[in-house]
Amino acid sequence: MKLRDYIIRRLALLIPILIGVTLLTFTISHIIPADVARHYAGGAKANPETIARIREELHLDEPLYKQYGYYLNDLIHGDLGECYTERRPVAEAIKQYLPATAELTILSMVIAIFIGIITGVVSAVKRNSWIDHVTRLIAITGVSMPIFWLALMLQLAFAYKYPILPLDSRLGIGVVAPNHITGLYIFDSLVTGNFTALKSSLYHLILPSITLSFASLAIILRITRSSMLEIVRSDYIRTARAKGLRERTVIYKHALRNALIPTVTVAGINFAALLGGAVLTETIFNWPGMGRFAVTAVNNLDFPSVMGFTLLMAIVMVAANLIVDLLYSVLDPRVRLGD
Amino acid sequence: MEELLKVKDLKTYFYTYEGVVKALEGINLDIYKGESLGLVGETGCGKSVTALSIMRLIQWPPGKIIDGEIILDGKDLLKIPEEEMRKIRGSDISMIFQEPMSSLNPVFTIGSQISEAITLHQEVDKKEAEKRSLDMLDLVGMPDAEKVMKQYPHELSGGMQQRAMIAMALSCKPKLLIADEPTTALDVTVQAQILDLIQKVNKEIDSSMLLITHDLGVVAQVCSRVAVMYAGYIVEIGTAKQIFKNPYHPYTKGLMHAIPKIHVETKRLEVIRGVVPNLITPPSGCRFHPRCDHMMDVCKKKAPPTVKVEEGHYVACFLHGGVK
Amino acid sequence: MGFFDEWKKRNESRIKETKFTLNLFRHSFLSMLGLVLILFMLLVAAFAPFIATEHPEYATLINPQGKRVTEERWEIHFDEKLEPPSSEHFFGTNDYGYDIFSMIVYGSRLSIKIALMVVVSALIIGVVLGALAGYFGGWIDEIVMRVTDIFFSIPGLILAMAFTAALGRSIEHVMQAMIVVWWPIYTRIIRGQILKTREETYVEAARSLGTTDWKIIFKHILPNSFAPLFVQVTMDMGAVVLTAAGLSFIGLGASPGTAEWGLMISTGRAHIFHAWWYVFFPGMAIVLFVLGFNLLGDGLRDVLDPKLRR
Repeated sequence: MKLRDYIIRRLALLIPILIGVTLLTFTISHIIPADVARHYAGGAKANPETIARIREELHLDEPLYKQYGYYLNDLIHGDLGECYTERRPVAEAIKQYLPATAELTILSMVIAIFIGIITGVVSAVKRNSWIDHVTRLIAITGVSMPIFWLALMLQLAFAYKYPILPLDSRLGIGVVAPNHITGLYIFDSLVTGNFTALKSSLYHLILPSITLSFASLAIILRITRSSMLEIVRSDYIRTARAKGLRERTVIYKHALRNALIPTVTVAGINFAALLGGAVLTETIFNWPGMGRFAVTAVNNLDFPSVMGFTLLMAIVMVAANLIVDLLYSVLDPRVRLGD
Repeated sequence: MEELLKVKDLKTYFYTYEGVVKALEGINLDIYKGESLGLVGETGCGKSVTALSIMRLIQWPPGKIIDGEIILDGKDLLKIPEEEMRKIRGSDISMIFQEPMSSLNPVFTIGSQISEAITLHQEVDKKEAEKRSLDMLDLVGMPDAEKVMKQYPHELSGGMQQRAMIAMALSCKPKLLIADEPTTALDVTVQAQILDLIQKVNKEIDSSMLLITHDLGVVAQVCSRVAVMYAGYIVEIGTAKQIFKNPYHPYTKGLMHAIPKIHVETKRLEVIRGVVPNLITPPSGCRFHPRCDHMMDVCKKKAPPTVKVEEGHYVACFLHGGVK
Repeated sequence: MGFFDEWKKRNESRIKETKFTLNLFRHSFLSMLGLVLILFMLLVAAFAPFIATEHPEYATLINPQGKRVTEERWEIHFDEKLEPPSSEHFFGTNDYGYDIFSMIVYGSRLSIKIALMVVVSALIIGVVLGALAGYFGGWIDEIVMRVTDIFFSIPGLILAMAFTAALGRSIEHVMQAMIVVWWPIYTRIIRGQILKTREETYVEAARSLGTTDWKIIFKHILPNSFAPLFVQVTMDMGAVVLTAAGLSFIGLGASPGTAEWGLMISTGRAHIFHAWWYVFFPGMAIVLFVLGFNLLGDGLRDVLDPKLRR
């Protein structure tokens, strides 16, 4: 009951933020210096009548506040505008591309959290050992590497030089996609028992998800390490040792449980960077997701698509933050929901 | 009286950036069965380090036990493997700390933290451990113990947190309880209650106690014997009566004069001049000599040996023996 | 003489603390490595004309406004295109026969320019807004913080991408878009520090003694905000270059022909399987540049954080 109240209250608080985001996207789409109507009509050689018609359709002659009103009204009805590149509603395109992005980002986040926490703890426990130095070096290199360059290097190594992994896309040639349930291939193929598709999709996920998770892994490793180092010196860890607990229990139960609290926060904040990275990763691995769609849209000056994508990413972030807050209150009994 | 724990020539150093902190320079102590020994001294004189050394909980880096023996039931705790020592912690020797708030793990319930200690050292299942935890909470006078079992540390007051700590420390009926400033962080009104409780419960389960404090009032209330510590040395040790009525060491005398007395009219409370010395470059000879009113030439040159001044009363000062 | 001694005596603890900090820092191998990398990059940028082996027009910052380079100005050396690394071309040549080593050397200038422009501008905006919000509180605080919330709810790269797309592709627009995206982080840090410091005992003591608000801000609050801000700025120098390279890679940054590291990787991508050097070396340049700032920032954080230093 209390949880539901909290979620409702939090969702209500999100409304002003989302309105702010729409203001931002609206502003961005109105600083375009080019003549949008002419552009959509086909550029310089466009028929003036067509331009006029598009101008009318897009309400370009009306005052800005009215245009924003139309924009907001459309959004409320789920209308994100017309995708210029694919000549269909943006919402429809998003619906098609979203699952591929979801599958890639969720898997990458899971990898980053899992390996990041383990290596972070080991690094902290073996402080100043060679393991610590190596993991720290990997961590700091991880956040210093352009993700698209890492992707290309991995392709060069594992898809070309030693061709053990596929170069790009979601499934091998000739492999039929599993029946559409969620659009997440791993999930769908598991549910339908389509193991050919499962194998192929996992195989195709390896390189992109390693690429995408690397930077986040590095950040999670770093925060886990530093919070573990702080916690192992705390009074309650001394108590745990004075009780006679095994060092393993002290570290993995008493210390780690506390270290997870800042780690979850950082992982949540880092989700934004992960989504940004997905745009680049998808471009390189020819991944049929939102990111690649957005890059195509950007290059075609397809603003309704770019703005729809930006808005969607804001919603995803807001949802991610809500999940982090809920997780936080589960992990830390001192935090009371709604306080 | 039968001896429970004997500490011989214990030396613990800390290797820091600024130099080697010689926190303990050859501590000698013995604790008898059923007694409570008070360890007093100013902040930074090495009381807590002594306690943590006995528990073998000095963290390396930077700290290390350099030398000495800690004998419990005829066994030298500094020679046994870590795994064996681990089994002694919490069962034979347990400890309560100064800050109950930060000494309890914030993310686990009180109940789970107490029963964890019980299942660790005793062959009982989870349900039995929980029952015993509840009994312990009752024993330490925790109101609404059943509810407290499911509560988190931050939901309790300081006094209640310390009761929970005591319940946890005594849950396996230790032979020795080390209480490191157990009441310092608490409200004055709660301090007396907790002290009474520690004394009572300790007697009930028949364990000895090493009570560490800077508060002589606490010592007078609880302890049968007292050891006075100064800058890494035990300077005087004896029964409470001997120490309070007839202190020998100038430092102990200074401490006694610093207690406000109710029946004696004093114009001004006396204090010991100077401050606790830096233990990286401690004073030569007797470490107290720069602050001592009776300083002699020999005090600067040699550390005074510990000599017996009466039955059960020992002091380390050239004023009372030793080679001059 | 006497004055200096007195000053030394009065600030004894502070001097000791600073010495300790410097000493910690000197003994941190990784921080020193970071510093060396940064100095190396600065030297390369400063002496680019002496280091580069070729100095054609393409290597310098032609057409920052994003105008198209006319065909005549391209010196295409088809006879030398896509040559592997050799003693003549250390890092090989690209598809136009240009010397990649020289392009990277000149490219360091652009990277430094981008990093400085974006970080300094965002810092000024962010600190001013953060100080206003934290100091005055009330509705100013409310508005500023809600605006940062909005910015924080869109992933930075994606927001910068949308902005640049709207402004039109050019390296200048990439920088402008990134300034717009980057300021909120500084606002939050400064505001948080002000709120935290305001509660500190010594600030309350100063206030109770009748010290004016502005004096408190400048004497107590800002110096204490310095450490976290300094660490953030150092790290951001690298992060900005990474993001800019990402935008260039998508095709939003410098126009074709500019010696910009991200763009070089982008164009090299088409040749990755037969000319790995085209992608590899510009990427390494980015890694070393960003690594330098990250190592330094990391070291500074460890040194300046009182909880971790001992």
